[in-house]
Amino acid sequence: MLILLTGLLLGGTYTLIALGLTLQYGVARIMNLANGETLVAACFVTFWLYTGFGIDPLLGLLVIGPGAFVVNWLIYTWLMQPLVKRASNRGMLEVDSILATFGLLFLFQGLMLQAFGGSYFNYEFLAQPFSIMGNSFGLNRVVAFVAAAVIATGLYVFLYHTDRGTAVRAVAVDPRAARLVAIDVRKTAAFAFALGGAITACAGTLLSTFYTFNTSMGVIFTMKALIIVIMGGVGDVRGAVLAALVLGVTETLVASLLDPGLTLAANYALFIVVLLFRPQGIFGKRPA
Amino acid sequence: MMNIPRNELLALGAGLAGAAVLAFLPLVTEGFWLSLSVNIMLYAAICTAWALFSGPTYLVSLASAAFFGVGTYSVAIFIDVLPFPALILIAVVAGALLATLVGLATLRLSGVYFVIFTLGLAELLGQIVTWVQTNFGGTIGLYVFTDFTETHLYWMLLALTVVVFVTGWLINRSRLGLALRIIGNDEAVARHVGVDTARTRVILFAVSGAFIAVAGAIMAPRYGYITPDAAFNPMTSFLVVIMALLGGTRRLWGPLVGVVPFTVVMDFISGHFPNQTAVIMGLAFLAIVYVLPDGVTGQLETLFRRRRSIDKSLPATTAEEGR
Amino acid sequence: MLRRSFNVLMLSAALAAGTFSAAFAQDPVRIGVSASKTGPLAGGASGVLWPNIKLWAEKVNKAGGLKVGDQMRPIEIVEYDDKSSPEEAVKNIQRLATQDQVDLIIPPYSTGLNLATAPLIAKYGYPQVVSTGNANDLDQFVKRWPNTFWLLGPAQGIADGIVGTLKDLRDAGKIGNRVAVVNVSDAFGLEMIKTGKPALKQAGFDIVYETSYPLGNQDVAPVIASAKAANPDAFIAYSYPPDTFALTEQAQLQKLDVKAFFVSVGGNLDGYGKRFGAAANGVLIMGGVNASDPVFQAYRKEHLAVTGQEADWWASPVAYASLEILQQAVEHVGSLDKQALNKEIQSGTFKTVIGDIHFENNINNNNWTVGQWSDGVVHGVRATGNIQGAQPPVLKPAWPSN
Repeated sequence: MLILLTGLLLGGTYTLIALGLTLQYGVARIMNLANGETLVAACFVTFWLYTGFGIDPLLGLLVIGPGAFVVNWLIYTWLMQPLVKRASNRGMLEVDSILATFGLLFLFQGLMLQAFGGSYFNYEFLAQPFSIMGNSFGLNRVVAFVAAAVIATGLYVFLYHTDRGTAVRAVAVDPRAARLVAIDVRKTAAFAFALGGAITACAGTLLSTFYTFNTSMGVIFTMKALIIVIMGGVGDVRGAVLAALVLGVTETLVASLLDPGLTLAANYALFIVVLLFRPQGIFGKRPA
Repeated sequence: MMNIPRNELLALGAGLAGAAVLAFLPLVTEGFWLSLSVNIMLYAAICTAWALFSGPTYLVSLASAAFFGVGTYSVAIFIDVLPFPALILIAVVAGALLATLVGLATLRLSGVYFVIFTLGLAELLGQIVTWVQTNFGGTIGLYVFTDFTETHLYWMLLALTVVVFVTGWLINRSRLGLALRIIGNDEAVARHVGVDTARTRVILFAVSGAFIAVAGAIMAPRYGYITPDAAFNPMTSFLVVIMALLGGTRRLWGPLVGVVPFTVVMDFISGHFPNQTAVIMGLAFLAIVYVLPDGVTGQLETLFRRRRSIDKSLPATTAEEGR
Repeated sequence: MLRRSFNVLMLSAALAAGTFSAAFAQDPVRIGVSASKTGPLAGGASGVLWPNIKLWAEKVNKAGGLKVGDQMRPIEIVEYDDKSSPEEAVKNIQRLATQDQVDLIIPPYSTGLNLATAPLIAKYGYPQVVSTGNANDLDQFVKRWPNTFWLLGPAQGIADGIVGTLKDLRDAGKIGNRVAVVNVSDAFGLEMIKTGKPALKQAGFDIVYETSYPLGNQDVAPVIASAKAANPDAFIAYSYPPDTFALTEQAQLQKLDVKAFFVSVGGNLDGYGKRFGAAANGVLIMGGVNASDPVFQAYRKEHLAVTGQEADWWASPVAYASLEILQQAVEHVGSLDKQALNKEIQSGTFKTVIGDIHFENNINNNNWTVGQWSDGVVHGVRATGNIQGAQPPVLKPAWPSN
């Protein structure tokens, strides 16, 4: 039971990490390698707001989320759209966006390095025991889990029960067909990219309450997110959530029962299994 | 094989002559310029080997660090019991084997999965090596003491680069090369005319992986002390992709055109702005993407083609037709 | 052409002094550094190495410069980022030696990069005074490269320190025999566990739980849960900064109440004491300092004033000491002759912020190995060799409930 709960909490953390990327990659078709840097940048901003101005990280979300939305919207319209326009097929866009976001990765990292230096940072926030069924967990992790659940549910309702959300899903499935039914693909993609960035930043804010972070850590988060996104099916919110939870529980199982040294190996084993049997993702439909 | 066009023979001759000239470099300089040349030669070998596979297949492999690390460890583990040439052989086998396994598992699937999987491969191997060493090996760092100097490393890497080039040239002229070009142009067509696409890719991936592993083996003496984080450094994979794409992967010599300016410019930046390296590198990168979309060679070819724009019959394999 | 001087430090120091004294008319002594500013090692290097270089350079220049013979020469730092990669590190050393032709070299951060650059630094004859790395087979290494000097001593000493402390506590009847030991599975953690575990067994301890976890893993709840289930009397973690924090937080949350709680790298950071406050009281850490030494206290103040960040309670003063050793070696010898400097460092005695240092076979055998947090300060409780000022360890109180 303890293992399951710990695993689910970890899965919640992973959900946060992966949701933003699944929108950016699935809908806007940008494989954003700077995703992890966005997350770490949010960690730093949260740290700065909290220790410098005494702004509660949960309140900080209200500033950081919209801020990241605007920044990412600008990034998409200024930097990514030219690539989308010039790419003649998805393969080319993939290569171009990998290269461009790789540049962004360095740029962000460099800027953070200038601003904060390379040392480790952390701060104490809600590091109190919170008891669930007789086991005690960090309140900060529980809060992050609840936030992940809220964000995922909100996103689900938005995507599956609003017109705008349906448009986003349509673009994810087929941009060309979406255009035929009078969806402004460009705007929708920009919106999805920005929303993805905002969610990633919120994830960073929440993660910073219980993780120690430094400037160079972004790539770790990007990797995790990519694995989850692929496992869940690109652009599929339900799949990403499920994949994240499965991954969290598996890792905790392996760490508790086998050996914590094998968690990453378990990660990949799971990844390969999914690839071999459901290459289109957990919920994905096999393309015709 | 009999009817080799004259211009290819010329290129081959020029290449060999160039290599011969480069072999004299250590006699002229040692110290910093030699070390820089070792780095250039290292990436020249790896990037060209990388492009052997990723160029024609359009599959971006981020597994270079994994192969590199496997080669490094082939040397580190057996350095005390076997002579160096045998270690190179082990690296070849280990690299090819790993590539074959990975290829069989992922190459049947489409591009994205391959990219992600290879991205994690280095990390995975690093962790497995660590785990094995923790549980069975005792120490995690392995000493590699040899009497090799930078000059020796340079010569070995130069030789490797030449071998990679010759192999690439031979592949292009062989049935395998033909099969690859067909797959690259249209996979469905390739399957229809009876090309075993998966097998072709796996073979090529194995060749490419083996070369990168050898590069890792050659570099092991320079590290001196091998740890998983250094041997399986994921940065290696990214740098290789960047340099090769900068040069362009549609020509065998394309990556080389990327490696040299990239290494020199990066070195200039890190030498002059040690505190702003990341920012400048990021900006340089974005500039490459927006200004040189087809890489240096692509740019050259476009220029070339514009001059002869009347000659429409030129079989220009542009990216648009690529898929 | 490919030269780049970093005169900023020198200039600011000169301006602070109010005037360009006659000393600054001299040619500066150029000192090269190649260490990590980016990549995985940047976290440690920017906490420990870079600030001390800044502090030292500023202090020396403020005092009129480095005394070379009868001249006072300002120092100038030439710095490069090795991006945490051996290739870059090797190239940077080449650049420093052959392009910049620096007079002295401050070696990189971490064991791995020091070992990787040693052959080259040796080729050019520079003394390599290593303050941020150690390994188990140092004797072998020193024989090969007699210009390397190891301030932290062999890994054995550091790993065994906590075992000795636990043994003392147990023999005094204060703690039981059950120990849980975990380690991060990277070069450092493995070196430590390799000597720490046999030492525990030899001391007759019962290892009731042991495991390793990957570097960078901050989700250590299962580790602490399993350790707690084994009901140990003492908990040892050979850990790194991110997981050191995570382990402590989880131990506190899950109420892993042991009489001795030991963490490694990261526990020595000033931020550790700030982060955990009263909960840190009684936590044992790797390394340590003589906190009541006025020389060290003055150093801490200067460190904060000049670099804007706090010195840590183990590695910072050691890094600073390595620079003081270079400085004093030059003063003793009276020139920048590398061979003479190597000889002097091999045989001389140096007054540093961590006390008098004398290398035996190029290895410093007097090191703090265990410290203990007490109201925001770390007191050394155990050391190798003949270091004075160790305080008796106290049992860890139960984690405060907040």
